[in-house]
Amino acid sequence: MDKSIVILGSGTAGTLTANRLRRTYDQRECRITVVDQNDDHVYQPGLLFVPFGLAQPHALVRPRPRQLRDGIAYRSAEIERVDLDAEMVHFADGTSLGYDVLVVATGASLLPEETEGLTGPGWGEKVHTFYDLPGAVALHQALERFEGGRVVVDVADLPIKCPVAPLEFAFLADWYFQRRGIRDRVKLTYVTPLDGAFTKPVAAKALGGLLAEKGVELVTEFALGEVDGTGGRLVSYDEREVPFDLAVVVPLHGGAEYVERSPGLGDELGFVPVDRHTLQHPDHPHVFAIGDAAGLPASKAGSVAHFEGEVLAHNIGRFLAGKPLDASYDGHTNCFVETGFHKALLIDFNYDTEPLPGHFPGALGLPLLKESRADHLGKLAFEWLYWHSLLPGRELPGIGSAMPEHGKTHTPA
Amino acid sequence: MTTATYDDTSVTVDDEGFFTDPGQWTEPMAGQIARELGIETLTDRHWQVLKFMRAEYAAKGTGPTVRVLGKTSGVSVKELYQLFPKGPAKTAAKIAGIPKPRGCI
Repeated sequence: MDKSIVILGSGTAGTLTANRLRRTYDQRECRITVVDQNDDHVYQPGLLFVPFGLAQPHALVRPRPRQLRDGIAYRSAEIERVDLDAEMVHFADGTSLGYDVLVVATGASLLPEETEGLTGPGWGEKVHTFYDLPGAVALHQALERFEGGRVVVDVADLPIKCPVAPLEFAFLADWYFQRRGIRDRVKLTYVTPLDGAFTKPVAAKALGGLLAEKGVELVTEFALGEVDGTGGRLVSYDEREVPFDLAVVVPLHGGAEYVERSPGLGDELGFVPVDRHTLQHPDHPHVFAIGDAAGLPASKAGSVAHFEGEVLAHNIGRFLAGKPLDASYDGHTNCFVETGFHKALLIDFNYDTEPLPGHFPGALGLPLLKESRADHLGKLAFEWLYWHSLLPGRELPGIGSAMPEHGKTHTPA
Repeated sequence: MTTATYDDTSVTVDDEGFFTDPGQWTEPMAGQIARELGIETLTDRHWQVLKFMRAEYAAKGTGPTVRVLGKTSGVSVKELYQLFPKGPAKTAAKIAGIPKPRGCI
């Protein structure tokens, strides 16, 4: 067979999917084309560290095509739309590309302009985000100049990429201001639309406890309606206010723009709804989605893309062979949460099991839901694994797609 | 799981008061649930949201989030908060007799 697989997006999910497929299937069996609109692959977990001077911006960026195995075609182009009936991708330059299988891996986009006032006066001066590289760099400069006052970390609304990152930012800010000797002059506040520090009860309790321990005030059920940069106020839709001297806002997220221009492809927010286990589009069997682009009840996180990748590569092979899809993603997610002072904690969960204490991946592994130096070293080691193991589509030693139950302790919240 | 009585009919609700079976809900129950939640009168605008919630639940198996409501129900997020001051997605779901929206992770 000579089939064409087109992968839209060359971030974490698109790159590892292409590499897994290329490793599994011979070039005579299928052609693989990866499309992206720019050539910079950013190591997104590193963005958190830039504002605190713990990562150098240029060290986080590598060329996209260089992360792809031989025998994968790379195309730099802006996607105009997908014609699902004709099974064709149209590009802004007027060209197009047909597919037997389409993988949507174009991630999530930041939509700061959708929140009133967020990109108005004060944006880039006293109102910041660290969710893209220019934002993280600007925030680093703002933090270096900051001599005291109210620092507010706010999540506008969910879904967001890496839902633990804003919490990590608050933990690291506490460490950063202590190191500078001005912690007593800084009031730290964490503002969330959720009713606790995190979505799942056991982890929300542990992470909320850490915020309190570090003297970070927690404001919950705050749906961000407006940012008043001039007056230094966050205003919620139900008209509560949180004053700030420096605001770090995680803006609203949506899918890639072309998804909205492609009737039938995405949901209201531009994410692509797929079966939570097979990752196949319910109405268009030739279409799959992976990673942040997928509209699934799973976190938008690199570990999710990694665990999905194994399932997706297998199911695409089954689909092209005309066989029923038999690989199933269980919602497995794994996140290192940096907590400052050279410590981190690890959470591991899936669709059915919330993050629990214990050890990962088994009884003798890394501590779960508990601060440790070992987890911090795990987080640092992950950057090397990302470029050399995860993106090339290799398995991580001892860690499969399915969530390990062994080593977890079931406790009530 | 407990029961509540609306419009002289016993219905099953969860610990937070959300209907567990939307089929037990009838329109006359809405006014009483709304009053219990501090909304005295249900206007046409309220009903537009409530009907949208039920249709979304029927189609997708979960009620929409506030942001999706603002994009698709024809009522802006700002107005949603005026209509249902204490969290539109949850309050409207309760009045519309559907289970608690799952939200995001």
